[in-house]
Amino acid sequence: MIKARVTVTLKNGVLDPQGKAIEGALGTLGFSGVAGVRQGKVFDLEVEGTDSAKAEADIKQMCERLLANTVIENYSISMS
Amino acid sequence: MKSAVVLVPGLNRDRDMIAALTKVSGHAPATLWQTETTLPEGLDLIVIPGGFSFGDYLRCGAIAARMPVMRAVADAAKRGVTVLGVCNGFQILVEAGMLPGALMRNTSLKFVCREVKLQVANANTAFTRQYAPNQIIRCPVAHHDGNYFAEPEELARLEGEGQVVFRYAEGTNPNGSINDIAGIMNASGNVLGLMPHPENLIESAHGGDDGRGIFESVLAKAA
Repeated sequence: MIKARVTVTLKNGVLDPQGKAIEGALGTLGFSGVAGVRQGKVFDLEVEGTDSAKAEADIKQMCERLLANTVIENYSISMS
Repeated sequence: MKSAVVLVPGLNRDRDMIAALTKVSGHAPATLWQTETTLPEGLDLIVIPGGFSFGDYLRCGAIAARMPVMRAVADAAKRGVTVLGVCNGFQILVEAGMLPGALMRNTSLKFVCREVKLQVANANTAFTRQYAPNQIIRCPVAHHDGNYFAEPEELARLEGEGQVVFRYAEGTNPNGSINDIAGIMNASGNVLGLMPHPENLIESAHGGDDGRGIFESVLAKAA
């Protein structure tokens, strides 16, 4: 089994109202000096097989076609 | 007019849409379950109604957009069939790549359910011919993720080509949408997505019929 982690984040320049709300809440808790918060998503995938290169290529397609909306989001893949 | 309504688990405005289409056109629409790969012959209009398809999991509309029926809807749109997506239906069209841009969380982070004012930004479309240019109409909205976003170049193209069809007017933008965009169409002009719910304002029992013109415009084109 091949394991991989996909991280999806909002592109720079795309407003993240949820991140802003979290940033505000951190300030309310007394954490001063938080200059910015961007919320993202993490997907942990288990892919059958042993061909890591093929799995990574497949996961890239999964990101392009479903896991990320590339209009507003970037993604990164980390194979473990 | 021969119409059809797409059904996906979690959509909940399908009944309102079916009632509106039946009342305006005099014919009940066909229904298209998510697994269908072929559509009825001779459709003039396919509507994707509002709701919360697949519980808004992953991103609003993301999973519904990958269901088999949407491939059939995309093929029909390429052949020139008129397609209308309302609210979650708009999100599904965007996720399916049938309309540009993306719909993000409202800037208020709150679900908004209220009436807004819409400006008919382009009255020369298959969906808006029954309205006057720049006419202001009333329309209800009910959504959590209606904040339209497009890259600056894409936005300039949409504005330049008249693809912005409806805009929130008189300071009623409920979601922070860029350029007050409430509804856009594709370059061919046969696919429209909008966040507000015109199907809920089509007769006096609704308190007005400002939304009726969208359905009547499509009906006039089909006749």
